Amino acid sequence: MYGCTKKGGTAEIINFVLSWTEFFIFEFILIYGGIFIMKLTGADITIKLLEKCGIDVIAGIPGGTNLPLYDSLFKSDIKHVLARHEQGAAFIAQGIARSTGKAAVCFATSGPGATNLLTAIADAKLDSVPIIAITGQVPYSYMGTDSFQEVDIYGLTIPITKHNFLVRSVEQLFHVIPEAFRIAESGRQGPVLVDIPKDIQNTEFEFDEWPDIERFSEKCDFDIDESLIKKAAKMINEAERPILYVGGGITNSDCGKDLHKFAEKNNIPVTSTLMGLGNFPIDNPLFLGMLGMHGARYTNLLLNKADLLLAFGVRFDDRAIGNVNKFCPDAEIIHVDIDDAEIDKIKKSHLSICGDVQSVLNKIITLIEKNERKDWLGYIEDLKREKPMVFPSKDKYFHPINIIKNISGLVEKDTIITTDVGQHQMWTAQAYPITAPRTFLTSGGLGTMGFGLPTAIGAAIANPDKQVVCFSGDGSFLMNIQELATLADLNLNIKIIILNNGHLGLVRQQQQLFYNEHYMASKFITRPDFAKISEGFGIKGYNIKNDDENLMEILKDIFAEDGPVLVNIPIDNFENVFPMIPPGGGISEMVGGE
Amino acid sequence: MKYNENYVIELIVNNHPGVMSHIVGLFSRRAFNLEGILCLRIDEGNTSRMYLLVKNDDRTEQILKQLEKLYDVIRVSLHTEEECPVFNTLH
Repeated sequence: MYGCTKKGGTAEIINFVLSWTEFFIFEFILIYGGIFIMKLTGADITIKLLEKCGIDVIAGIPGGTNLPLYDSLFKSDIKHVLARHEQGAAFIAQGIARSTGKAAVCFATSGPGATNLLTAIADAKLDSVPIIAITGQVPYSYMGTDSFQEVDIYGLTIPITKHNFLVRSVEQLFHVIPEAFRIAESGRQGPVLVDIPKDIQNTEFEFDEWPDIERFSEKCDFDIDESLIKKAAKMINEAERPILYVGGGITNSDCGKDLHKFAEKNNIPVTSTLMGLGNFPIDNPLFLGMLGMHGARYTNLLLNKADLLLAFGVRFDDRAIGNVNKFCPDAEIIHVDIDDAEIDKIKKSHLSICGDVQSVLNKIITLIEKNERKDWLGYIEDLKREKPMVFPSKDKYFHPINIIKNISGLVEKDTIITTDVGQHQMWTAQAYPITAPRTFLTSGGLGTMGFGLPTAIGAAIANPDKQVVCFSGDGSFLMNIQELATLADLNLNIKIIILNNGHLGLVRQQQQLFYNEHYMASKFITRPDFAKISEGFGIKGYNIKNDDENLMEILKDIFAEDGPVLVNIPIDNFENVFPMIPPGGGISEMVGGE
Repeated sequence: MKYNENYVIELIVNNHPGVMSHIVGLFSRRAFNLEGILCLRIDEGNTSRMYLLVKNDDRTEQILKQLEKLYDVIRVSLHTEEECPVFNTLH
């Protein structure tokens, strides 16, 4: 517990390990009435608390109202990454958080700095990513007067954060900063915003003790009703055609291995959402791949044959299930999620358990029987052969799916892949062999173009021993292209692959299929020279020509190099992502991909 | 069981200036109907008691779950208008 110093209070021995930072702060410890008192500014207190919460890197941009925080950072061991746009800073924090599972922090100043964070915060909310955005605010006495660079970021972020705080006094920081971490990382993870007025950052405050920081690592204890576990096991044992439908909840609960054992024991086939990819071994015959709008034909068709759907760590997103009324019509549903509000939100379940999916899996597994499920698995094998995922022939080197597959052969298995949003994202999800959780970072819920590059930077910062590849498109890449400067600053080992079709490809595809080929505003008039732009930032850039016969050789050389490289590869402008469920269509009503 | 047209949701919430925004914001962004609000501070001003009048529909349970998720909401309870006639005198 922390406490304001009261005269005559108990003396506390402050047993710091005297790191340089703490040595500096030690200078501020005064002897006052025989007890140790620390006198620090709100900004110093904030930075010190972030250090105590385990933060060693912060991405951000300084400005008028967060300068005191930056002044305190000057004295700290925390490494600062200067982004070139606040959205970039927040996605860098996301790259750290998504690849490690731990909360990461970004800084922005008030007004436009703060509003620039919004997209990335909303993105973190929809994909349950623990980031903490700390914004400067105009002095408290100016608030509400429309002063320079004042914006109600507290009000603006209510709907897009898990929770947010407007700090109204320096004392509150002792509670708010550790609490921000607890909220971001506990239960269903999510973003938290802390808005700190400049005068509070500058206020000096005397105190004698830091709060105890227990970084939230242990899992929430849910009281799981044993009778529900028994019922669920009974339903599984009695089912003839069960399917596991799993998502990001498996990643966040870190229980891919438990899921694997569970599925193997009872021979339950597994399909994954975009967010859940990497949790189940892709070469396992039980794996059905990704379901949904661009899932394989057999996967989507099988779902509607199931008599029991085990929805574990998923939220029945429309991109995953298509039209809800046409999804799994014959199946009973067992829904397990850590967020009670997801249960029965979209699709009514027959049995639901609110809790950590790992503990639920490990409880149910003891009660399920070994079952060969010969008929069901035989049926699945037949359908896999009959309605396979159709990939282009291998000699079409410039087909985006082949480019993606071939690149997977040039990198280490644990390489972290990030994507932007659009056709290249879906091709990557379909074709890249994602073998581990937290190695495929993609904007699933919000679908934010511009996600790929800054998120790759964050992932590379947090995983200095790993390779990072960002698959992007020529539309998406322009949306956070300024972060090439951040990448050049840090010289990280990131390879950027732009699959360039001169269009907003997924928009063009929808116009072709559903809007009578009215290509309105989806074709780019200007085709920038991405290699030249990249070189302009000091990063090696290559423009591949579409008649280059030795594409693979070129790529091999590029991937053998250390450090950042951008590769711009032209692809067929009219290539489509198939199969596709038309918007509003049922999951079995796919077009294309046959 | 008697059909109730409206329900009254009673909340105990932390009392600070942002709480009201969090609660009414939830209703507008999730397109829940909100027919009435009453709110008064209690407990020496640390908390407030809030009554929300909502139409009874199939989303009531979802509303309650979303309210329970809010950080500043301490307690949520559901009443019929008869049990909790706080809005009846205001017509």
